[in-house]
Amino acid sequence: MTTMIDPPKAAGFHISQLLYDTRYRSMTIQVIVFLLVMGLGAYLLNNTIINLAAADKDIDFGFLGNRAGYDINQLLIPYSSDSTHWRATIVGLLNTLLVAFLGCILATIIGVVAGVLRLSKNWLTAKIMSFYVESFRNIPVLLWILAFFAVLSEMDRKPRSFRGEDAVNNMWLWDSVAVTNRGTYIPAPIWGDGSALVVITFLLSLLGIWAYGKWSHRRFEATGQILPNFWYKLGIFIVPSLAVFFLLGRPIALSIPEIKGFNFSGGLHIRNSLLALWLALSFYTGSFIAEIVRSGILAISKGQTEAAAALGLRPSRTMNLVILPQALRIIIPPLISQYLNLTKNSSLALAVGYMDLRSTLGGTTLNTTGRELECMLLMMMVYLAVSLTISTFMNVYNNSVKLKER
Amino acid sequence: MKNSKSVAFVREGMIDQQPAPASQIGAVRWLKDNLFSSVLNSILTIISLLVIFWVLSGIVPWMFGGVWNASSLSECRDILNERYGNTHYACWAVLTERWQQLLFGFYPAEEIWRAVVAFVLMLVAIAPVLFESVPRKLLWVTIAFPFLMVWLVWGGPIWGPLLVALGFVLFYVSYVVLERKSSTLLALIGSLVIGLVWWMFCVGPLSEALGSALPIGDLERVESRVLGGFMICVIIGLSGIALSLPIGLILALGRQSNLWVVKAICVGFIEFIRGVPLITLLFTASLLLNYFLPPGTAFDLTLRVIIMVTLFSSAYMAEVIRGGLAALPKGQYEAADALGLDYWQSQRLIIMPQALKISIPGIVNTFIGLFKDTTLVMFIGIFDMLGLSNAIRANSAWNGINWELYIFIGLVFWICCFSMSQYSQWLERKLRTGHH
Repeated sequence: MTTMIDPPKAAGFHISQLLYDTRYRSMTIQVIVFLLVMGLGAYLLNNTIINLAAADKDIDFGFLGNRAGYDINQLLIPYSSDSTHWRATIVGLLNTLLVAFLGCILATIIGVVAGVLRLSKNWLTAKIMSFYVESFRNIPVLLWILAFFAVLSEMDRKPRSFRGEDAVNNMWLWDSVAVTNRGTYIPAPIWGDGSALVVITFLLSLLGIWAYGKWSHRRFEATGQILPNFWYKLGIFIVPSLAVFFLLGRPIALSIPEIKGFNFSGGLHIRNSLLALWLALSFYTGSFIAEIVRSGILAISKGQTEAAAALGLRPSRTMNLVILPQALRIIIPPLISQYLNLTKNSSLALAVGYMDLRSTLGGTTLNTTGRELECMLLMMMVYLAVSLTISTFMNVYNNSVKLKER
Repeated sequence: MKNSKSVAFVREGMIDQQPAPASQIGAVRWLKDNLFSSVLNSILTIISLLVIFWVLSGIVPWMFGGVWNASSLSECRDILNERYGNTHYACWAVLTERWQQLLFGFYPAEEIWRAVVAFVLMLVAIAPVLFESVPRKLLWVTIAFPFLMVWLVWGGPIWGPLLVALGFVLFYVSYVVLERKSSTLLALIGSLVIGLVWWMFCVGPLSEALGSALPIGDLERVESRVLGGFMICVIIGLSGIALSLPIGLILALGRQSNLWVVKAICVGFIEFIRGVPLITLLFTASLLLNYFLPPGTAFDLTLRVIIMVTLFSSAYMAEVIRGGLAALPKGQYEAADALGLDYWQSQRLIIMPQALKISIPGIVNTFIGLFKDTTLVMFIGIFDMLGLSNAIRANSAWNGINWELYIFIGLVFWICCFSMSQYSQWLERKLRTGHH
């Protein structure tokens, strides 16, 4: 008995193998795709070069060193119209980061409160929160920004109505905060000699709280004793800073806004543009975060709560030790993308005249220098860098709380 | 016997069933359970009631006491002063006066019927896509709709859209013919080349020649820049939705693929688009696109915006679908391989139906986001509803009117987006096959 088998073909390479042999086909496809993409890129680049030459322009970032020549109404670092475009870009970027940072904090607070209350056993509260979530989620954020701005700038609280003995409007919080239609005035700290020491003490006490938390946790693991952590931590938070503050003779004073003539002076002036943008972004993003929090909590099966109760844990400890650590794992990844969305949506500042990166670099600088290509390129790169940085940091955090699987 | 004597009372008959105590049924029970179950809950209820009362007492009189007929804001205020003695009431007259503009932008008034017909056709066209119970024959309307819409909205002779549509037929026929002769890949490339040649070199001259020879269905041309209002949102939103799903699908597959060149390109594209705000892309479309195109190319702004919005949301779509792909158990891929299906077959028959089902909520959320983002076109000079609200305010008759317009715009968006999300929840329930 002999078995007939095909003799192995000579190891020649046939051109059709590029298409029909799976070993080579993937290579063929990749080469074709690569050539197509390169070709498209070259085509666009070539057009750009021709168009730039026709318009008698070149690609040059040197304009960033020139005098900007325009004013910015909100400054976190010193800037004047004599500063460079580069400086203006930095100021704009800091303004973007400021509103994004404030927005992320407020949106998280609003979102967590609304998400938890939407699960409340109280029918009325749950319905109100549903109403909030559904109305904010389904209406464009741009409309919310404009609406908040209209509320703030059209309310009947002109600065001059705060004047006199029987003023029409009053300042809030023991005459320290003035909410007017031209912005809100809040007390501003004045840093005196030795204030740095107070700040350092404060930062050290934050470190102390963290160290204390670690220590008490280890003690709990070893002995099983539960300390009243909250009060101890609050003590560490307040006492050392206050002690240093009074020992050094109150180096930090407050500048309280006061009505002088037709306007307020002193204190910190928060413009309506910042306030409207901040509130609108926070409430809008908060409605998304509320849904994320709600679905995160709902995703933890009821058996977990029951098991914790069977072990004899109190409801608060059930929440802290059983539900939240598991829910956080589900909540954090979508939360990251909401933070990113908020940061990107802050570019809508344009609608209310808040001077963020898009209004300085992508707005006035672009218009006065006429360098669209460079400005847009730089702006996109900056936004990209900010987004990637935020997502990297948050991913590191996410990995630290993620379920460790083998 | 002895024991029975000591029992003072023995019931001999059954008592009738008693009604539950008043505190355990009806409204009282419901109130107790849902509003006043504990001290904390009672406090919450009272706070909620106060909030509701405060909001409603501010809004309801303002809304329902409003004026519906006036030709300007000052006339509105005169009427209100006469009626109530103050002007703390809405002036809805701006809507009765300008609703047409808010919906259709500056579309010529005698041609608005075309926009309305296109809108009704749109409803007919998407019905069979959304609901299975609608007759399948209506899918032909869906296929014809894009070309009909372009013809109805922008006008001109019918030949242009018709010839473009013919290109798709040509593409399909040549694919079928070529596939019989050679492999799938070759057929795809060949038919693509044929289609592109047809669209780029034949459609333009042919439609001009036919248009002058046989002027059938010659509607008056409407320029892109007069389009606006709700209409432009629907046009941009719908095109973006229809195009971003397939592009997103391809990007998601590319990102999952083993071919690293393809993968690198897809990852780069997705991460770049997701990292920058839409507004910078729109500004690129309006300011920079002329640099990237051959000199002298005039490119319709609406089309540029549609392309940018599509690219933007397709990157998000790709991530949503990738999530669906990742959520599928690995066994599904292996089972498809074990059955001897090739890549496209297994994607089409096994992977995609399940992955898309998982990602329905995310896909619809992306659609909703895209539709809401169409308001951003206001910044590049397209008059969408928000842009028109500024234009209306710029008119001296309506200078200073805010809330009536914002409420109208918000309501329109709310209805569209809310119904989309409700539809997605309905679809999810319908497609659920698990045992929950």
